[in-house]
Amino acid sequence: MSTETETRTRDLKFWQGVNQALVEEMDRDESVVLVGEDVGRPGGPYGVTRGLLERFGDRRVRDTPISEAVLVGLGVGAGGVGLRPIVEIMFFDFAMIAMDQIVNQAAKFRYFSGESLPLTIRTMVGAGGPNGAQHSQNQEAWYCAVPGLKVVMPSNARDAKGLLKSSIRDDDPVLFIETLGLLTHRHPVPVEEEFLLPLGVAEVRRPGTDVTVVAIGRQVGRSVEAAQTLQDEHGISAEVIDPRTLSPLDTDTILESIRRTGRLVVAQEAVSPCSFAAEVCALAAEHCLRELKAPPVRVTSPFINVPTPVPLAEARAPGADDVVAAVRTVMGEG
Amino acid sequence: MQAPSSAETAAGELATRAQRYRMMRLSRRFEETVEEQKNEGLVPGPLHLSIGQEAVAVGGCCHLRVTDAVLSTHRGHHHCLAKGAAPDRLMAELLGRKDGYSRGRGGSMHVSVPAIGLLGTNGIVGAGLPIATGAAFGQQVKGTDDVTVCFFGEGAATTGAFGEAINIAALWKLPLVFVCENNQAVEMTPTDVHVAGDLHRRGEAFGIPGVRIDGNDLDAVADTMQTAIARARAGDGPTMVEAVTFRWFGHFSGDRAAWRLEEEVERGRAGDPVARTRSKLDPDEADALDAEVEQVIAAALAFAQRSPEADVASLTLDHYASA
Repeated sequence: MSTETETRTRDLKFWQGVNQALVEEMDRDESVVLVGEDVGRPGGPYGVTRGLLERFGDRRVRDTPISEAVLVGLGVGAGGVGLRPIVEIMFFDFAMIAMDQIVNQAAKFRYFSGESLPLTIRTMVGAGGPNGAQHSQNQEAWYCAVPGLKVVMPSNARDAKGLLKSSIRDDDPVLFIETLGLLTHRHPVPVEEEFLLPLGVAEVRRPGTDVTVVAIGRQVGRSVEAAQTLQDEHGISAEVIDPRTLSPLDTDTILESIRRTGRLVVAQEAVSPCSFAAEVCALAAEHCLRELKAPPVRVTSPFINVPTPVPLAEARAPGADDVVAAVRTVMGEG
Repeated sequence: MQAPSSAETAAGELATRAQRYRMMRLSRRFEETVEEQKNEGLVPGPLHLSIGQEAVAVGGCCHLRVTDAVLSTHRGHHHCLAKGAAPDRLMAELLGRKDGYSRGRGGSMHVSVPAIGLLGTNGIVGAGLPIATGAAFGQQVKGTDDVTVCFFGEGAATTGAFGEAINIAALWKLPLVFVCENNQAVEMTPTDVHVAGDLHRRGEAFGIPGVRIDGNDLDAVADTMQTAIARARAGDGPTMVEAVTFRWFGHFSGDRAAWRLEEEVERGRAGDPVARTRSKLDPDEADALDAEVEQVIAAALAFAQRSPEADVASLTLDHYASA
């Protein structure tokens, strides 16, 4: 029996967290609609939206043609006449086809009109999957460079649910990035319906004192694993921070940690140049240079394309061992 | 912010030919006035004039309600006014003044007033087409009989978004009217250099009925739109209207349009839609309307000139809900 103060949780897979958030928000608010390629009967290529068409009907759950520009335009226009649309772009790479609607239209709606555009664009980065160079690119940093847009990237089922619900209720356009390689990962998720996580707030996944590891997406789990190894095998206490929202970024939490530990490692799946990791390192240089005891290290994929076979793709992606090595480097042990 | 001297126009204020003429005349005089301001260096942004195309906007909007949606283009002052934008706030926006619709930061191509269903002029050619499908989809989901009118130029008909938009509009029977405003020039190039085939037939294979009309004939545009809008309200889906008109001036204010022949321009201007509509009115009534329009324009200009210039303090506003 749990006490009254304890939150009841249930282990859910990442995709189930997303699915529950969609169901609950569509139940709660008639103006929430979902559009996307194959979101209807198939429930998407990985079943994330399964059951929604049956539950809410084809008025509110609309399977669309392969027309990404119009797909995001559906969200901009429907949001412009008072709905709260959710647009699914099947793979993150396809968002490039809709770039105009995302960047030039959705993100600037409020700037031009002074009015809200409560649009959520859900997409999935193919990291961890067998789909190759046009279905697996981590482009999150591109969108972090767009004023007016929010970018959210959950790393587990709990955050996926709580952050998606908040994204849907948010009055600004939100790009919500799911990760293929995490879809079946389980995590305890609070059972109550009003489980919301605020946008723009980072979470310390594991407290530590020697080094700050800022990690996003799949690298969060790997960094937590690395932190355990560092503790067990090297006596190093690593603090792992998951920003969860990449834009606007919770710089306070990150910078406070860096000032305390004096060391920084940033772990991401994307390539290094002009990336999220580059941004965090720049923030550290601007705000905490004097507190830094060693140059920061970025743990990223090398500047090469994503191969299709999973073993090769995983060879390209950073692993927990890479995080361990980077931390040992900033600790002067490398 | 000062109180606007002109309000947004309520829907239904374009019911009579006289009212429609007045709006066309207002649109013409509005742009002539803005152009004068531009020539004096008082418009801090690009200006694309729609002079000569007034009948398309007024005929295209005269059967709309305030809750209906309109998507405009980079050349869209006439659409904005016909959909009900207040001349003084629009003028203030173009002159970069604080009382403009975007606090004077947006200018001509970035006017968006969702409260009156105006979902934007647009700096990206063709970008209104996807948004129009979304507005019409939203109207369909809400279950009202509101409709969306998407104005676009023949240049936009060559973009990929056009193909995406007409497919989904036909597939879902969206309450949408496509109005291709064929002004016979794509930016700085004659249309036939860029566009293949008959624009009004572009939707045929999708099951979208199409019609080509004289876009300088207000009554023809209004009648065609009445049918198309009724069809959309009834849930019978989109219509493709190609309204052939003529752009009197270059692509942008300052483009002297040396790329086309003087006699073409003379021939095109001969179809002046404002004069044609005026000729159908009682001359005294027309004179009175013209005089009233001059007052509105003078008031709009005075309003804009009184309004403070957009300032740096406004630059950070309107990016996120909380800021």
